[in-house]
Amino acid sequence: MAITKEQALNYYRKMRQIREFEETIHRQNTTGEIPGFLHLYCGEEANAVGVCAHLSDEDYIASNHRGHGHCLAKGSDPRLMMMELYGREEGLCRGRGGSMHIAELDKGSLGANGIVGAGGPLAAGAALTQKLKGSKNIAVCFHGDGATNEGYMFEAMNMAVMWKLPIIFYCENNGYGEFTGIEYALGADSIAERAAAFGMPAKKINGNDFFEVYREVGEAVEHCRAGQGPYYIEAEAIRYYGHYEGDSQLYRTKEELKNLEDNDCLLGFRKKVTSDGLLTDAELDAVDTDVIEAFKVYLDEARSAAWPATETLCDHVYINY
Amino acid sequence: MAEKSFRQAISEGLRAEMQRDDRVFLIGTDISGGAGCPGQDVDAAGGVLGITKGFASDFGVDRVIDTPIAEMGYMGIAAGAAATGMRPVAELMFNDFVGSCFDVLLNQVPKFHYMFGGKAVTPLTVRTMIGAGASAAAQHSQSLHHIFTSIPGLKVVVPSNAYDAKGLLIQAIQDDDPVMFMEHKALYDLPSAAAEVPDEAYTIPFGEANFLQEGDDVTIIAMGLMAHVAMGAAVELAKQGITCDVIDPRTTSPLDEESILESVESTGRLVVVDEGAARCGFAHDVAALVAQHAFASLKSPIKLVTPPHCPTPFSSPLEQAWLPGGEQIVAAALDVMGIDAAASAVA
Repeated sequence: MAITKEQALNYYRKMRQIREFEETIHRQNTTGEIPGFLHLYCGEEANAVGVCAHLSDEDYIASNHRGHGHCLAKGSDPRLMMMELYGREEGLCRGRGGSMHIAELDKGSLGANGIVGAGGPLAAGAALTQKLKGSKNIAVCFHGDGATNEGYMFEAMNMAVMWKLPIIFYCENNGYGEFTGIEYALGADSIAERAAAFGMPAKKINGNDFFEVYREVGEAVEHCRAGQGPYYIEAEAIRYYGHYEGDSQLYRTKEELKNLEDNDCLLGFRKKVTSDGLLTDAELDAVDTDVIEAFKVYLDEARSAAWPATETLCDHVYINY
Repeated sequence: MAEKSFRQAISEGLRAEMQRDDRVFLIGTDISGGAGCPGQDVDAAGGVLGITKGFASDFGVDRVIDTPIAEMGYMGIAAGAAATGMRPVAELMFNDFVGSCFDVLLNQVPKFHYMFGGKAVTPLTVRTMIGAGASAAAQHSQSLHHIFTSIPGLKVVVPSNAYDAKGLLIQAIQDDDPVMFMEHKALYDLPSAAAEVPDEAYTIPFGEANFLQEGDDVTIIAMGLMAHVAMGAAVELAKQGITCDVIDPRTTSPLDEESILESVESTGRLVVVDEGAARCGFAHDVAALVAQHAFASLKSPIKLVTPPHCPTPFSSPLEQAWLPGGEQIVAAALDVMGIDAAASAVA
């Protein structure tokens, strides 16, 4: 599954966009101008982009509370997402959803979700739709290690196996469910092994390595499109920041926090493509500059965009009431 | 037009929509019955009530999907399918089991359209059984329509007879909003719930109350099984010269507020009968509506007839005492009329 120069540039740009999106709101959050809760995806970009590289708008994803990266990777517009986080009328969801509820059905995104584990059955339902329609499209359920202990996931995985649904359960194991370590919260030896016991192929991969993610997910996608049923991937990932913005992370050691960037997926990507001669540092730097400049504009626009009119408060409760 | 039972009417409504629209599918525990069993008769049961008997043979097991006993999982799967272009009818065997899948019906389905800026459409219909009277005790007898009514984004239907059940169910399945369709278990074979039901499909719009009877003195609001109990009480009251408007709201969300208010403005007296909650329930909602908008019309305080604030008991005499009965409704009506019930009985 060789990657062309153009693909590599696109994937790098997408990962850089996610990083810049999160770093921008990380900075802005300290000003108090972004309302609500924020859960940042920094450090995990290779997963969203490596998975969604294999998906079209007709394939579905379900995301979670740490969803900005998934939504961007699935094709949602960063400018409109920034507007949404600022609660503005022009936001992707008219400011009704905010950080934890960004969805774009037209792009195959069932949305971020504030309820841990809820995406399991929702994605399985999207996969059931594909099966009933006889399409080759698939669904991916992005979830964290925290969600793997939810009954939602167990029930969804069992039925996905029973009905051979075309779904990839993609676990980003960043080591923490909120503040609690997965080593404490997991009764089994490993997340992937427990998933395998449901009766589907399950692999553990390095989610910090874009190329490994891309390759392994490619195989899983082929498996699903061929009608062979669900597939489980546990990807080791790194959560740079706390569970939410403002989390002082007293449960993590100073050493761990200091060494997080050793396995940074963007740096790793750069190292690989430059040593392979696929891209140059100058080409990657140009992407960095381009993305950073674009986000300055997105931010300015979001900060000055119009608020929703209060007369529209009860729009969209029902389609017809 | 043939007289049909409540059970038969619901089965016909489901069948009509399955035939009309291939995006409609059924999903729930035992709805075909027999899946995976040694005989492999996919139509062994057709649900605990036999309502979907024969459906698996006629429409295939892809569209009549037996699930494991996993309400959270299959309700969420139905929600995901609904959000991606299908029109599932999920059967939650007893509404009491909502405890096992409430997140889907509280945080997911009702909120998608709103949270996602009006772009998501989730046409999920949930059929579920409500009601006491079968000694099914505290975990299989509740009527939880008030809980769903309080959730913006959900529509809630509580049919009382066969004709309404078919028309409202077809409307529910064709509706683009998520709908809770709540069937009282005593109605399936209740003779007074049977009705002339057309063979062909038809819809009844939501938010339009049905005047079961018109009268001058008291407005009685009742739905589901209670509509029948209220009609029995109205006959007794008529013997005493008291005539009642008996109004079946049919849907609690949307609610036909106008019909209720107009009736109370005309009679000046209100009795609300409901098998749901003794606190924070549908009856209280209607009472608050009238108190806010028709207070000046009231000639006497509003009376509510509900079960006590107590779980549904098992033992028959206790359960009969728990259920709102005709005598209580008569007493409430006499009370709002300012008639001393004891004196009235002697006379």
